Amino acid sequence: MKKDNIENLIALSNDLRWQIGDDFHDNLTEGIYADAAEIVSAAVHKKDEKGKLRFDARIDKIITSRTWGFPLMFLVLATVLWLTIVGANYPSAFLGNILLDHIHPFLKTLATNIGFPIWLNGFLIDGVYLAVAWVVAVMLPPMAIFFPLFTLLEDFGYLPRVAFNLDNLFKRAGAHGKQALTMSMGFGCNAAGVVATRIIDSPRERLIAIITNNFSLCNGRWPTQILIATIFVGAVVPQSFSGIASLAAVIGIAVLGMGFMFLTSWALSKTVLKGEVSTFNLELPPYRPPRFWKTIYTSLIDRTLIVLWRAIVFAAPAGAVIWLISNLHIGDITIAAWTIDLFNPFGFLLGLNGVILLAYVVAIPANEIVIPTILMLTVLVTGISGGAGAGVMFEADSANATGDILRSGGWTLLTAINLMLFSLLHNPCSTTIYTIYKETKSVKWTVVASILPVIMGFVVTFLVAQIWRILA
Amino acid sequence: MDTLPKSACEACPQFNANGLKKLGINTTEFDFVVALAGNPNTGKSTVFNSLTGLKQHTGNWPGKTVTRAEGGFEYNNQKFKLVDLPGTYSLLSTSEDEEVARNFILFGKPSVTIIVVDASRLERNLNLVLQVLEITDRAVLCLNLIDEAERNNIEVDTRSLARDLGIPVVATSARYYRGIPELIQTVSDLANGRIHCKPHRIKNIPENIEKAVQKLSIELKKEFPEIPNSRWIAFRLLEGDRHIIELLRKGEFVI
Repeated sequence: MKKDNIENLIALSNDLRWQIGDDFHDNLTEGIYADAAEIVSAAVHKKDEKGKLRFDARIDKIITSRTWGFPLMFLVLATVLWLTIVGANYPSAFLGNILLDHIHPFLKTLATNIGFPIWLNGFLIDGVYLAVAWVVAVMLPPMAIFFPLFTLLEDFGYLPRVAFNLDNLFKRAGAHGKQALTMSMGFGCNAAGVVATRIIDSPRERLIAIITNNFSLCNGRWPTQILIATIFVGAVVPQSFSGIASLAAVIGIAVLGMGFMFLTSWALSKTVLKGEVSTFNLELPPYRPPRFWKTIYTSLIDRTLIVLWRAIVFAAPAGAVIWLISNLHIGDITIAAWTIDLFNPFGFLLGLNGVILLAYVVAIPANEIVIPTILMLTVLVTGISGGAGAGVMFEADSANATGDILRSGGWTLLTAINLMLFSLLHNPCSTTIYTIYKETKSVKWTVVASILPVIMGFVVTFLVAQIWRILA
Repeated sequence: MDTLPKSACEACPQFNANGLKKLGINTTEFDFVVALAGNPNTGKSTVFNSLTGLKQHTGNWPGKTVTRAEGGFEYNNQKFKLVDLPGTYSLLSTSEDEEVARNFILFGKPSVTIIVVDASRLERNLNLVLQVLEITDRAVLCLNLIDEAERNNIEVDTRSLARDLGIPVVATSARYYRGIPELIQTVSDLANGRIHCKPHRIKNIPENIEKAVQKLSIELKKEFPEIPNSRWIAFRLLEGDRHIIELLRKGEFVI
């Protein structure tokens, strides 16, 4: 009887386990380490006890110190952002010039000459093409700078140090220390950050990390923050400080996002996702000089182009939708104008307006197209000249021109600040939502992760608007 | 055997480097399965990429390989499938990544297991190496990041190490492709049975445990003469590994 024999075997192993006692595991591990020590002492010779290991330890002493850890982190973040913001300007202007000022009129003429009907011409070239061109011109340069910089930091070995520095905060928030790593990935792309949460073993802590990843400002939202901060925040301080004030405002929003992430993690871990914080050991890897060109190459190919392609795939249909709602009529007004009127009272309560809310609905597929949509819709409702026609997305030539259009749409400093806040606190883009579903396999948690930030966005902007109006 | 080298040149990995074809993810048909095990952050994924020509994302932080990656390469007309296991410090605990690695080495029966270690942190890494050697007979130690060790003035005597561990040892720096041809040659030699290992078995075990393991192991062999590794399974039974007990009950050990 084979079955009996197997049960006998298991019984025998249980008996033996009793005999050898509890410390079997410890004894085994000790035995292994004793063997390892013997082998190493025969095979490894250290010529010089000083050297790079000491050097690494010295760097770590500063980077992970209580005093310097956090300031250095912000300094690194600020430097990366500054390089991205400043460096992206020139290639963006160049691409915008080519794609929007030269190729667009050319395509337009071409389509007219071939004999496209007007609606198809408008739909394809003013809708789809312009949306794609905007995304390429505005997104490609910052991504091509941000991703390689981030990858270089990653290769160098800085990320685990960030996790080390933040571990205590995460622990107090009831979350896993490795969430620091997934949070950092979220600064590039939330969908990537959500996938990265697989490094967290405990399902409870992983869920917290997934739900709160959206509080990391992603690549699609950095340009919005930067543009609005430059136009409105930079304008209220003297000219010579405007650059610093804008940078500070953007970093302020990013840090506020981290604050919300800790707060939400803490609230979740105290209510619906209660549980113990799991301990883990994190090895601080040695600093390695990154292989510069190889890193640049792979991060451009693997990250930048893939993310860009995704944005294009989503931007194209969104561009078409924008064109459609601005050109199809209900009665004698367009669908866009009708919806904006509907949203306006609610928008006012939040210190925003109907245009912004509609833009956020249209831009669910890709955060990148929020600003061009807002500009286009503002031109539509104010009836000022400056745009390229109904439902045509465009990039205003300079930040000043963009500012003029927005001010004529009734924008104030409050609108700008609340837009920045709402850009931080709203639903994740559709790709991220889909990724959350794929990772959690749960409709419930996908809905929570999508709705929770919007509600927080409504509450925060509402409070800011009320306090602002009382004080002003 | 027609695969035996006929001259010194043909036995030389540098000469044979031309025989390498990176197959990327095309692993439909293959002659051998090769597992890649190692501690986190020892450069396993870099070794994986340099063997398969794939561009799996690598990064200097532990635990970034979250799923099992597979790829392939062809060497001297033989196809090898390479499986990159999650990095673990040990194979003794119950966490998911350790179970994946442990079960693949035990039941996936790879023809060869490449154990990647950080040359500068050998002592810590050997913990896993010795555990892997308890499970499998055919393994090669890939002493990676050797360039860093050299910069740190750490000298590793690969011959002494190979003798003590009972498996071939190849020093590599996968980032710079150093030692990779030698590694491929060694894997090929192991897979084709041209190298025989006498892997180290853990010695410093208290006598009562050793006796219990032997007793159980003998009983296991009686019951399952074909069992892949009775000694390791005895260890797991003494640990009370539920997964193993369940497999025993189902009789799914024996293939």
